[in-house]
Amino acid sequence: MHNFDFVKPSSVADAVRALSAEGAQALSGGQTLLPTMKQRLAAPAVLVSLTGIADTRGVCLDNGALSVGGATAHAVVAQEARKYYPALADLAGGIGDPAVRSRGTIGGSLANNDPSACYPAAVLASGATVITDRRRIAADDFFQGMFATALHDGEIITSVVFPIPEKAAYVKFNQPASRFALTGVFVAKYGSGVRVAVTGASANGVFRWTEAERALSASFTPAAIAGLSLPSDSMIADLHGSAAYRANLARVLTGRGVASAH
Amino acid sequence: MTDVTMTVNGKAVSGDVEGRTLLSSFLREGLGLTGTHVGCDTSQCGACVVHVDGRPVKSCTVFALDVAGATVRTIEGMANADGSLGVIQQAFQDHHGLQCGFCTPGMVMSAAALLADNPKPTESEVRHYLEGNICRCTGYHNIVKAVLAASGQDVAAVAAE
Repeated sequence: MHNFDFVKPSSVADAVRALSAEGAQALSGGQTLLPTMKQRLAAPAVLVSLTGIADTRGVCLDNGALSVGGATAHAVVAQEARKYYPALADLAGGIGDPAVRSRGTIGGSLANNDPSACYPAAVLASGATVITDRRRIAADDFFQGMFATALHDGEIITSVVFPIPEKAAYVKFNQPASRFALTGVFVAKYGSGVRVAVTGASANGVFRWTEAERALSASFTPAAIAGLSLPSDSMIADLHGSAAYRANLARVLTGRGVASAH
Repeated sequence: MTDVTMTVNGKAVSGDVEGRTLLSSFLREGLGLTGTHVGCDTSQCGACVVHVDGRPVKSCTVFALDVAGATVRTIEGMANADGSLGVIQQAFQDHHGLQCGFCTPGMVMSAAALLADNPKPTESEVRHYLEGNICRCTGYHNIVKAVLAASGQDVAAVAAE
């Protein structure tokens, strides 16, 4: 790994200032960034750790919605979000393995927007709001394709606010070697309708399956989507599963999500 | 180089590190605590798991400077004060929970983190929790048995399989 200057600011303002340096890169839990740097696929000149900022950590209720600090580790969400939003806690508790969950953060996962990451599905299906040091970004505007988001250079996710659904579930078909989602589906039922987000399947990253949303908003039962199918032309195809396999898996997992929503 | 200070196995320690120095390198090369093993160095095998502020982390996937001031516990901190094996270590010995032994430090540290959260796990919970710890000897059966035994549960049925 190439060397770099390491800084660990204790406020969002100091972090934003540090990130304005030439070649600066934000570091959250580092569970993706460190392996990437070891392979020299990233070589920042300055690494700005975001885990020393106390007010971007933790879980709390905010006007009936659940606010999760950007630097909150998956293990903390798995524990502390459970009584407010159990499906979100289930998702956080299924990311990677226990050691990854001790370090990895929601903000890091969202900023990276890996096409097979779990959190983007929860954020998109919940219609959550991503709050940064400078603005609020609706989930529908945030995800912009594989590893691409609406974030500007040096912009920091300070929290994510999730409207709490009547019921929801995340169903993940594990890729057992990487423990990412081979395909994962988050189903969330709100008074205003049902939202369905699929991760791990599309080459464009997380997406909403609007046809299933319409069917499930009319009838929240697995049968309502049994006859639907997702086009496979933009799906990921690799040695773990073909495009058609992933398209089918998304439909199957959506049905399981509806059946297990709580 | 930057000076880093932390508490490792109850002792205040410090040393000069670069930005890129991994916690695993600081422990092994800086402090001579070579019980923490680096198996894959790609965040997959779990041999390097240590506890940072009570939580299990892959020490090859954390910068030493990022855990400055933290409380770290390594496999060297798992023995009893008189030098005898701790409960989990003893269970690994009693139940042959290791073959080549390379993954054992990470297995013991993960097992300790599990039992701190869940003192009486089921066999399925142990297997699930150890997902991030790879044993290339495939000695999982006796590892799981050892963790169950360390939790004070009867492992006679596990032994019968």
